[in-house]
Amino acid sequence: MISKRATWAAAIALALASPAFADDLKLPRQQVDLVAPPFVHAHEQATKQGPKIIEFRLVIEEKEIVIDEAGTRFQAMTFGGSMPGPLMVVHEGDYVEVTLVNPETNTMPHNIDFHSATGALGGGELTLINPGEQVVLRWKATRSGVFVYHCAPGGPMTPWHVVSGMSGAVMVLPRDGLKDGAGKALKYDRVYYIGENDLYVPRDAKGKFKAYASPGDAYADTAEVMRTLTPTHVVFNGKVGALTGKNAMTAKVGENVLIVHSQANRDSRPHLIGGHGDYVWETGKFANRPETNLETWFIRGGSAGAALYRFVQPGIYAYVTHNLIEAVELGATAHFKVEGDWNNDLMLQVKPPEPVPPAKLGALEKPAPRHQH
Amino acid sequence: MLAAIKFRIGLAVALAAPLALASVPASGQGAVLGPDFEMITLAPGIISYRAAGDFSRTGRPANAPLRAVRIDKPLTIMARQVTAAEYARCSAAGACPRLPMSQSEPDRPAVGVSWRDAAAYAAWLSRETGERFRLPTDQEWAFAAGSRFADDALPEGDPNDPARRWLARYDAESERARPVDAAPQPIGTFGANEHGLLDIGGNVWEWTDTCFIRGTIAASGEISTTLVNCGVRVVEGAHRTYVTDFIRDARAGGCAVGTPPSNLGFRLVREDDALRPLRRLLARLRPATS
Repeated sequence: MISKRATWAAAIALALASPAFADDLKLPRQQVDLVAPPFVHAHEQATKQGPKIIEFRLVIEEKEIVIDEAGTRFQAMTFGGSMPGPLMVVHEGDYVEVTLVNPETNTMPHNIDFHSATGALGGGELTLINPGEQVVLRWKATRSGVFVYHCAPGGPMTPWHVVSGMSGAVMVLPRDGLKDGAGKALKYDRVYYIGENDLYVPRDAKGKFKAYASPGDAYADTAEVMRTLTPTHVVFNGKVGALTGKNAMTAKVGENVLIVHSQANRDSRPHLIGGHGDYVWETGKFANRPETNLETWFIRGGSAGAALYRFVQPGIYAYVTHNLIEAVELGATAHFKVEGDWNNDLMLQVKPPEPVPPAKLGALEKPAPRHQH
Repeated sequence: MLAAIKFRIGLAVALAAPLALASVPASGQGAVLGPDFEMITLAPGIISYRAAGDFSRTGRPANAPLRAVRIDKPLTIMARQVTAAEYARCSAAGACPRLPMSQSEPDRPAVGVSWRDAAAYAAWLSRETGERFRLPTDQEWAFAAGSRFADDALPEGDPNDPARRWLARYDAESERARPVDAAPQPIGTFGANEHGLLDIGGNVWEWTDTCFIRGTIAASGEISTTLVNCGVRVVEGAHRTYVTDFIRDARAGGCAVGTPPSNLGFRLVREDDALRPLRRLLARLRPATS
C-alpha cells in the first residue's frame, strides 16, 4: 500500500517536472474556480468549442460543523469545505484534471472516486494522499450525465468518509446541450445542485447527541450508529435548514430551473411540493430520454439525477424527499422562493374557509330514516 | 440577584411539598407557598393590539385591525419562564406528563412542552400553592411583553395574488435574526423588557391560552368570528404562531414552509382577585392530596 503510494507520488513528481506532462494532449486548458452548492460555477450549456482540459482544484477540509438548529456538532470531512462538495461541470469529450489537496491540518488520508471516470476504482487507486500531500488526476469525460464523486479510502473508512460529508457531483453536458425525447434543445435559466447526506450521530446515555474533538474520536461510536442503517439526520447541503429561509433557492415565474440531486449512500425520492418535473433524467444520464411531467423521482443511492422545471406560479415551494418522515423529522427539506404573477386559471381559492352551512350539518346529524315505506 | 431568586424559588417548592403531605397545617409557613417573589404585577393600562387568528375581508386574507385595548385589572405574571427543574417536580409528582425530549440544564427554561403539559403544570402548581395559576391569554401576553410584542401584520397587497402574502410572511420570518442556537439558554440571557419580564422574544416561545379563531372583518372593522378551534393555541415569542395543543416541538419541514419556534415553553399568570386570601387559607387547611 505504502510502496504503491510512494511509487505514484514519484511518478507524479516526475511528471510534474516534465513539460511533456502538461502538453501531451495538445488541447487548450481552462481553469475553473469551483463554488459552494447549491450554486454552480459559470458554464456553457451547449458549446461550439472543441474538447478542452478543464482544471479544478479541490481542497479536502476536515472540520467541525453544526448540522441542526439544536446546535448538534458534527466532525465533517469535506471536498472544498462544503457538504456536498462542489458540482464540476464539463462537456462530453473534455478532460477533467483535478488537483486534489490534503492539507497538513487534516488528520487522515483521503482520495476521490469519480463515478464519471473510467478505471482505477474511479481514480480512487491513484489519488490516495496523506495530510500534507496533493495529487493530480486526469480523466476523460466519455459519458454525459450527472454523476457522484466521493471519497473511498478503503475498508470501513469508505462508508464513514462518505457519511461524514465526502461526496459531490460532476455534470457532463452533451456538447450540444440537453435535449428532450424528440431531440429538441432544452435550456435552463438557473441551475441548483442539491447534495443529500444521511448522517449518523451517536447519542449519550441521556439521548443527547454527542460531540467529539476530532473525526478519529467520533469513529467507533459513529460506526455503531451507521450499522443500524438508521440515520439521525437526512439533510440537504450539510445541515437542517441549509436551503430554507434566507438561504432558500430563488427563481422567477417563467424560468426553467435545472435541479441536480445527488445521494452518495442511500436512496432518495425528490418531490417539489406544488410543482413538477417537466423533464427528469431520473438515472441522471443525458443520453437517455428524459421522463416528463413527473410528480416524484427516484435517486438511487450512489447516483445523481437531474430535473428541469419551469416555474409557472409564484410562492414558496418546498423541495423534499417524499419520505416525509425524513423531510420533516430528519431535515430533508429545501425551499424555492418564486416571484411573479399568480395565475388564477391554474389555481383559485373559490371560497375562503367558512363554517359548513347549517342545512348540511343538520343532514349529517339527522340522517334520513332508511327503513320507511 | 438571579441566583438569589433561584434559591428562593427552590426553597418555596421544597417546603411546599412536605407541607402538602402534612395532615396538620404548619403555621407561619404560608408565606412561602406562593412564589410572590418571581411574579411581576403590571398596573392596568392600554395596549395597541391585533387579534390572533386568520381573518379575511371580502373573501381575501387580511390583517386584524389594530385596536387600542384596555387591560382594566392588574396583571400578575411570572418574571421568567418555568424552568426544566420546576417542570420536573410536577412530573415527579405524577401531575405532569414526562417530557420525552432531552431536557436542558435544570435551571434553564423547560422546553419541548405542549399546551397540555403547560396546562397540567398550571393546575398542579395551583393545587400545590393554593393560588390560581393559568396560562396568559394572548392579549395579556402582549400587554406583559410590552415593547417586545411583535406585530404580525403583513402587507395585504394584491387581493388576486395569494402568493404575495406568503412570500412576504416567508421573508419576514427569514429576516428575523435567530437568537444564538436553539439550545435553551440560562435565565436572563435575552434580557428584561421595560416591565422586568425576562427573555421575552428569546429562543423559547411561550404558550398562551387563546384558541385559534377564524373571522371576517366587516367594513366597520368589526370582527365576527366564524370558527373557534381550541385544539390549536396561540404561541407568542419572536413571532406569533399557532400550534396544535399536543405538539411539543413545532418543527418545520415538508409543506410547513414558515419558520417555526425554536422551542416551546411557558410562563404563567396568577389571579390576584378578591378570593385569593381565602384560597390560600383553604390550601393550608387542605389534607394531603398527591
